[in-house]
Parts: sequence; structure tokens; C-alpha cells
Amino acid sequence: MPIIEVKDLIKKFGDFIAVAGLSFQVEAGEIVAFLGPNGAGKTTTIKMLTTVLKPTSGYIALDGANPVTEKNKARRSFGIVFQDASLDDELTAYENMLVHAILYHVPAKGRKEKIDKLLDFVELLDRRREFVKNFSGGMKRRLEIAKGLLHHPKILFLDEPTQGLDPQTRYHIWDYIKKLNQEEKMTVFFTTHYIEEAEKMADRVIIVDHGQIIASGSPIELKNRTGADTLEAAFIELTGSVIREEKADSLSRMRRRFRH
Amino acid sequence: MEIIYILWLRQIKRYLRSKARIIGSLGQPLLFMVAFGFGFGPIFRKAGEGNYVQFLVPGVIAMTILFTAVFNGLEIIWDRQFGFLKEMLVAPVSRLKIMIGRNLGGATIAVVQGLIVLAISFGLGFRLEHWWSIWPALGFMFLIAYLFTLFGTAIASLLKDMQGFQLIMNFLVMPLFFLSGAFFPLADLPAPMLAVVKVDPVSYGVDSLRGVLAGLNHFSLFSDLAVLVSLIVFLLVVASYLFSRIEA
Repeated sequence: MPIIEVKDLIKKFGDFIAVAGLSFQVEAGEIVAFLGPNGAGKTTTIKMLTTVLKPTSGYIALDGANPVTEKNKARRSFGIVFQDASLDDELTAYENMLVHAILYHVPAKGRKEKIDKLLDFVELLDRRREFVKNFSGGMKRRLEIAKGLLHHPKILFLDEPTQGLDPQTRYHIWDYIKKLNQEEKMTVFFTTHYIEEAEKMADRVIIVDHGQIIASGSPIELKNRTGADTLEAAFIELTGSVIREEKADSLSRMRRRFRH
Repeated sequence: MEIIYILWLRQIKRYLRSKARIIGSLGQPLLFMVAFGFGFGPIFRKAGEGNYVQFLVPGVIAMTILFTAVFNGLEIIWDRQFGFLKEMLVAPVSRLKIMIGRNLGGATIAVVQGLIVLAISFGLGFRLEHWWSIWPALGFMFLIAYLFTLFGTAIASLLKDMQGFQLIMNFLVMPLFFLSGAFFPLADLPAPMLAVVKVDPVSYGVDSLRGVLAGLNHFSLFSDLAVLVSLIVFLLVVASYLFSRIEA
């Protein structure tokens, strides 16, 4: 049985169709890269998979649970690192980790050690008592990732997890995720604009555009199909070179409003 | 239990860390107590109603709790804007626990703000009916606080951003407060006005505090208690329904 099953998934916002009938499956233990230009519907899809958004129509199963009708059962099967912030700025790095650990039922015994270990992993251990509002963008991102790795779910969703991080940190983090995938058979479903990350890490790549799947296969298959040297070249070949506009999220809408 | 506790603690920590907000939110109650308490005091006495400060202070405490509590419930909109709402919403935890933990935190803060106002009022000449009045008062303060945190939560669950904030303050929260009899006695009110006061839940909160703190109630403490508790039960159902439907 596939661990993620998506059938004819559709999401409309008024007249705008963000996701236009997606169907795909992910097997347990696979690492799948979900790629696409800005506004292709990647984040919307991940939001529907993770119970944050309700699909307009279509069927989803995560480890057998439907995120629409069996929300809590579905929630128990996954962890997620969001594309945008999900930290409390008024709390310290450690407190953010602690809240997350408790919300995800990380056992009290060994909780503190686990938090410290992951903070150390993303090199924030010496700043654990500082408020998140004083962190730089990269530090916040690292904390988001550390938080996402606190509990070991069956499925790990990563929505542009390494956005804005330097190559050293990205390599370091992917190394850790790969290890989790191998040691615990954790399924990893991620989006990224660093196509070389997908090329290196993913067993399989799904490329979406305008809310539909336009190609799917291993990085090598996609390169062979397009005759490209790199996955990035194959990606551009498949999706074209027109620059896309993304709909603003609520935070950037608010920032714009307060700027006047 | 631990989930409720940690979300309660989060609210408390955020409160204790925003010193400017704690002090800022005491300005208005202080102004009301000084300006109205001493300003209307002589007229109130001449009308044979006794000491206006004794009458007014419980109303101002109720006001402080009302505003702090509603505001705290509405803070979910900020949680949404800054992303923390998502963190709570995808967690494998019942929505009811999330809401209760958050709301207990908000209610605790509102009660603390109310107690600070009470402490200040002693300096302005307010005196408790009995020394032990503080205990039933604490109970009623908590009921008012919890009720209106729930109310704020229910409204916040319906809003996407802070655009509607002014609308809610000016057309919902302010009328609830000003029509509650916090400033004026209910005896001898014109019938239509009294009818409005009677459908305003804040009236029963104000009345309960006035009853236990100063021994001056219009309704019975029992009916105050019954109204507050049944509204809490009702809003618990409504707010948890609305909260469970939130999308981030």
C-alpha cells in the first residue's frame, strides 16, 4: 500500500484554480521531490496533504488516513517544515522547540537532550535562550528545520526547507534527512527551487505546473527524456522559461499594508 | 494535560515579556477611575446614591478584564499572520485542547490585569465589602475572563486579518461595555434601556463583581453566576466549532 495516495485532487480559490486534478502515489521509504515554478500549486498541495487546507474535491490518504475526514489520525503520520515562518517570535529558540516537542508527544524523558542535540545540529545551541525575534532569516530557517526533525514521523513534508541557507548548511541538513530516511524508513516529500538538491537526494521527481503534473520519474529518467545534462536543464526544458507570478501570502500582504 | 499547560504557559510568558503592554493597558482604567470617580462623585452623592468610587471600581475592573480577554482571543489573528497558528493546527492534538490551553492563558492574564486595577483602586479610596470578598471576586473575575476570551476566539476564527479589528472594537466590544451598567445604576432606567442592559452579558459580570466587592448588586449573584456559566458552555461549543474549521 502506498504511504501517500492522491487522486484527482483539486483546489479552487474563487475562480482561480491552484491545483487542477493531481494524482500520484508515494511508496513508504521513498524520497520524492515535488518541483515546479512559482505558483505551480506545490505549497497548496502540501497544505491539503497536511490538513491545513480543505481540498475542493479529490481523495487523499496518508498512511491510510484521510486528512479531510480523519484529521487527527492523518496528523499523527507526518511532520512538516513549512515554507514560511511557524515560530513564535516572542519565545526563545529552546521554548519554541519545547512547545513543538509537547505538541508532538515527544516523551518527557530525554526530551531536553533531544532538543539540545538538534539545536546543536543546526548550530543554535549557544543561542538557545535568545528570542527568535532577534534571529536572522537563516537562523530562523535552521530552527524551523530542527523543530521539524524533533519527532520522527512516518512521512516528513519539507516545503522549501533550505531556502536561503548556505551550501554548507544545506549539505549538512540533507545529510541528516538522508540518514533518517535510511535508518528509519522515513518517507520524505519535499519541494525546492535548488534543483540540484532534488537531483542529488530524490529517488523520484514529480514536476507540476499550473496545478497539473507534467512529468514524473527518477532524475536520470527525466534527464534522458529531455536530453539535458542536469535536472535543472531538464526542468527548464519541461516548464519553459517564462517567469511566474505567485499569489502573495498573508504575511507579505500585511507587510505591504503596514509599509504605507 | 501537558498540552494545555504548555499553551497556557506560552500565553503567560508572552504577557510577562511585554511590559509596555501591561503598563499601557492600565492607563485607560486608571483614567476612568480618576476622571469619572472623582468627576461624577459629587453628583452621585447628591443624588443619594452614595460613594461613586465604590460603585465605579468593580465596573472598571470588569472593563479591564473584558478588553484584555477579548484582545487575547483575537490574538489568534496575529498567530495566523506570524505563522504560529500553523504550528498549532497541524499538531496531532485535539482542537479543543489547543483552544482551552490558549484560552486559560488569556483568561489568567485578564484576571491578573483586573487584580492590578483592584490594587490601584485601593489608593483611590476603594474599600472591599469584607476582606474575604476577594475570593468570590476572583471566581467571578475568572468566569468573565474565560467567557470573553472564548468570545474573542470565536470572532478571530472568522477573520483572516486585522482589517475588521476596529469594526469589532467599536461595534461589538465598546457597546457591550458601555451598555453594561458599569458607569450607571440600573434602578430607574427607562424600560427600553433596561431591556438593552439585560441582554448584554457584560451587565451580569459587572453586577457580580459589584455584588461581591462592594455589596451593591442589582441582579442576584445566583442569576449572575447562571448567566455567565451558561454563556461559557454555549460559547465553548460555538468557539470550538469555529476554531476547528480554521484554515491557515
